[in-house]
Amino acid sequence: MVLSSADKNNVKACWGKIGSHAGEYGAEALERTFCSFPTTKTYFPHFDLSHGSAQVQAHGQKVADALTKAVAHIDDLPNALSDLSDLHAYKLRVDPVNFKFLSHCLLVTLACHHPEEFTPAVHASLDKFFSAVSTVLTSKYR
Amino acid sequence: MVHFTAEEKAAITSLWGKVNVEEAGGEALGRLLVVYPWTQRFFDNFGNLSSTSAIMGNPKVKAHGKKVLTSFGDAIKNMDNLKGAFAKLSELHCDKLHVDPENFRLLGNVLVCVLAHHFGHEFNPQVQAAFQKVVAGVASALAHKYH
Repeated sequence: MVLSSADKNNVKACWGKIGSHAGEYGAEALERTFCSFPTTKTYFPHFDLSHGSAQVQAHGQKVADALTKAVAHIDDLPNALSDLSDLHAYKLRVDPVNFKFLSHCLLVTLACHHPEEFTPAVHASLDKFFSAVSTVLTSKYR
Repeated sequence: MVHFTAEEKAAITSLWGKVNVEEAGGEALGRLLVVYPWTQRFFDNFGNLSSTSAIMGNPKVKAHGKKVLTSFGDAIKNMDNLKGAFAKLSELHCDKLHVDPENFRLLGNVLVCVLAHHFGHEFNPQVQAAFQKVVAGVASALAHKYH
């Protein structure tokens, strides 16, 4: 799975439009993930997961900032995300299936908030991008 | 077996009532073929699938999308017995169409994206969760008769 230059441009343009809402969308995507895929909550026993939770807001911002960094370094994701990759492999050890759930909910969140941006081509590029990020984050698992 | 609460059924039926099945069907199937191009393997006789605009504008894609989503609408009327409702279709997809059930999951998630795209904020986390259950239930029901 390779990100074409069209994919990269689509992702950069879309993420650029999101701007300062990224943190808000990160939190919403997490909330949607916990709602639709309750098994994902097992990774957050220490969190208040109720609607509007400050911990979920903060974590959503963290996720969004990492994705913003990934977009900025879209030509070299393994390097840019190396520390996060180590974290997920050796400390967090989130089962790989869960990256698909969060990626899907990120797509849903973007579709809700930016209908004009979310064309079929951009949908495809974003899906590929989240998939590429997920692959890097699970690359050192074994 | 999937169990739906009264709230979930209400949320699902209410939203579904506002869906233009013909439009959403074409959109969902089109996006499936664009986002996951390997799914085009089942549609060699659909003509031009060479670009995103060709796929989204393809009349056979739209017609087939409408068929699929109409069938999905039948599921919504039979949420308590999805396996029964889809038994014949399950046999068809296995024995005649030879479709890997993973494709049902992919289409289900694309449908969720299409609903989110169309309904925006109305498609809140709780409504999404209810629909995730329906699409998972339909995918499972369609895979149930595979052997």
